[in-house]
Amino acid sequence: MSFFKNITNKSWERKGIIGGLKPEGAFDTSPEKVALSFFLVVATVVFSLFTVSYFIRMELPDWQPLTEPAQLWFNTGLLVASSILFQWARTIANSDSPRNIKTAFIGGGVLAILFIVGQLVTWGNLQDAGFYMTSNPANSFYYLLTGVHGIHLLGGLWVWSKSSIRLVSGSEPQEIKLSIELCTLYWHFLLVVWLVLFAILSNT
Amino acid sequence: MAYVPLADRDSEMEMHHPHTWVGKYVWCQDHKVIAIQYGSVAIFTGIVGLVLSLLFRLQLGFPESVSFVDPSFYYQAVTMHGMIMVVYLLTALFLGGFGNYLIPLMCGARDMVFPFMNMLSVWVFLLSVIILMASFFVGGGPTGAGWTLYPPQTSMAGTPGHDMGLVLMLVSLAVFIVAFTMGGLNYVVTVLQYRCRGMTMMRLPLSVWGIFVATILGLFAFPALLVAAVMMLFDTLLGTSFFMPAIIESGQAMDYDGGSPILFQHLFWFFGHPEVYIVALPAFGLVSDVLSCHARKNIFGYRMMVWAIIAIGGLSFIVWAHHMYVSGMNPYFGFFFATTTLIIAVPTALKVYNWVLTLWEGDIRMNVPMYFAIGFIFTFIHGGLTGLFLGNVVIDLPLSDTYFVVAHFHMVMGVSPVLVVFAAIYHWYPKMSGRMYHEGIAKLHFWLTFLGTYAIYLPMHYLGFLGVPRRYYALGTTDFIPQSAQDLNAAITVAALIVGVSQLLFFFNIIWSLRFGEKAGPNPWGAASLEWQTPETPPVHGNWGDSLPTVYRWAYDYSVPGAHEDFIPQNTPESEEPTVQEEHFNPDQDDSLANV
Repeated sequence: MSFFKNITNKSWERKGIIGGLKPEGAFDTSPEKVALSFFLVVATVVFSLFTVSYFIRMELPDWQPLTEPAQLWFNTGLLVASSILFQWARTIANSDSPRNIKTAFIGGGVLAILFIVGQLVTWGNLQDAGFYMTSNPANSFYYLLTGVHGIHLLGGLWVWSKSSIRLVSGSEPQEIKLSIELCTLYWHFLLVVWLVLFAILSNT
Repeated sequence: MAYVPLADRDSEMEMHHPHTWVGKYVWCQDHKVIAIQYGSVAIFTGIVGLVLSLLFRLQLGFPESVSFVDPSFYYQAVTMHGMIMVVYLLTALFLGGFGNYLIPLMCGARDMVFPFMNMLSVWVFLLSVIILMASFFVGGGPTGAGWTLYPPQTSMAGTPGHDMGLVLMLVSLAVFIVAFTMGGLNYVVTVLQYRCRGMTMMRLPLSVWGIFVATILGLFAFPALLVAAVMMLFDTLLGTSFFMPAIIESGQAMDYDGGSPILFQHLFWFFGHPEVYIVALPAFGLVSDVLSCHARKNIFGYRMMVWAIIAIGGLSFIVWAHHMYVSGMNPYFGFFFATTTLIIAVPTALKVYNWVLTLWEGDIRMNVPMYFAIGFIFTFIHGGLTGLFLGNVVIDLPLSDTYFVVAHFHMVMGVSPVLVVFAAIYHWYPKMSGRMYHEGIAKLHFWLTFLGTYAIYLPMHYLGFLGVPRRYYALGTTDFIPQSAQDLNAAITVAALIVGVSQLLFFFNIIWSLRFGEKAGPNPWGAASLEWQTPETPPVHGNWGDSLPTVYRWAYDYSVPGAHEDFIPQNTPESEEPTVQEEHFNPDQDDSLANV
């Protein structure tokens, strides 16, 4: 591990320039990607703590499990497709020919919007069926977890929309390559988070 | 995207040099201006917290002397004082203030990695402060639930500010966390990616290490507070029962059922304990640099100091439940947390030994920052030792609700970090302003603050042993609280008033010296670290003039044997190292050594 090697350096003994132009110990990637990686860790902590709270609260006697709507399977499909399109866009951006980049990148985002719409529809259906937020902690957690996931996705869509506008208004894919890559990473992360949340919600 | 080394990018780095006053001081992306904005907002909020504490101290020392300090206001003042000091003053000042100012300068960067996000961070922080202050003006006033906001009492009618006050507090915290995350990502990525050529991690001054690790702690700990705040907001506004149990309020069953108050406590302290170190680690770092510089000696055991910072950071996540011994828990659970709590004392004690050993046989210059730094060693040892008492379950149980705990945490995370704040401001003030402050006033400020805080908190330990309970609006007359304890309380209040008023000396000094202070020159202390080597003082936008510095050595080359001066700046190449031999050393003629 280079980190452990780094922090055992006897810096008072080593004089002169160490390392090349890149500072020793820096990640070999863009600062934006490092920042996003840290943010993903922070978001993981947020979701983990919500999940832990879910399990602790579940043990208490008033908990009545909620039967998750079957529509969630459809929504999950949308999010998976969205992630696949983003991955496709990333592959195109790394290749020489920019064909289909708009379809892939913009299509991915549109599917994500549809996912959010689908989630809102499940909320509406649950409300109509009498599963209100306050009627049971299981319901509260359903709205809370899906809501927090949705807000993270909306944040991603904000970045996506800025890049999409640039793409439509004629920017070369090379110019927004970094943005495409970061969006893809973020989308995959949110897909994994959703799959975990979905698994927990439907098995409890 | 392939990585473009920083030094190669230097020429293309866009520097938006502002031309208008608003662009320069308001919507500014320069890390140094942002640092001062962060610091000013934090200190302003801190003054509010200080005044609140003086008001409730008046009530404690001289009951009912101030007409508007009724029980409700008392609890509101105590709550706001706690939250303001911990989060809005210390966290914001150390990370947003000193972090912003020092990280790019000490790493040899032109600015933070994401200057726009950095600017956004300070404005969102200001928004969170405005929301917090707004709670003083809503119906019911600010929340009086105690800074820990434990449910269910936070939301019960008997607690002042249980509706709008609480909501504004929770929203303000959530907004603060957003601001902190934006700033925090900046600090971490800047330290990792934007160091200048030759600046390895182990050549960074300990200030940067402390702020860096504290920021990582913050990024991982604040989410727990966010999660707790969001769920509590749902409980308050939407009527869910995440934390609120079935409970009867004034004879009426409330609309809640089955929630878990203990869950809130776990989430709160999972944030709350690392928070102690979010405040302490930057203080550890800053004080190390101040001690080393003014003792003209390299910091003792640099690697150990770095390892200790990392170890404390890691351990701080597994000690949280020592705040919850009285909440009731499985005895093995308590045993575990008591053990980890005592283990964390090992790296902390190591740091204290190393500070003392740094002073040992040093060429100590009793400059003002040194007074505060040495004062910090006293107060920190003092607060740390009482922590060893409270870390044990059996000792904590009887003492937990007494003034002993108040004395402990004020010594360890109130007075100690604040002394470092003063040490650091006095130390870096010449760099920030280009001028020197008035030394006499600064020393008077030190003695009043240092002795005054002892006069406040030392008697509180004794009150705690007597069993005087904390959190009480008035003690009344009981058998176990003798008249002497009441008199002591009055004395504490007098000392608190003196300390509070004496801070005016500090503000006067800082503002007066901006204009009338002596010109300080670029490096008045003869410091070796990079921030003192900027081409201009105070450093201008972009920090380093035409080209970035290159670093050849660590930040602590003080009193190197054979060297011409008693410090060698980090950016001095080995070949240019002026040695005594080269200049035909003659001790009788060498003025620079005559003072040594």
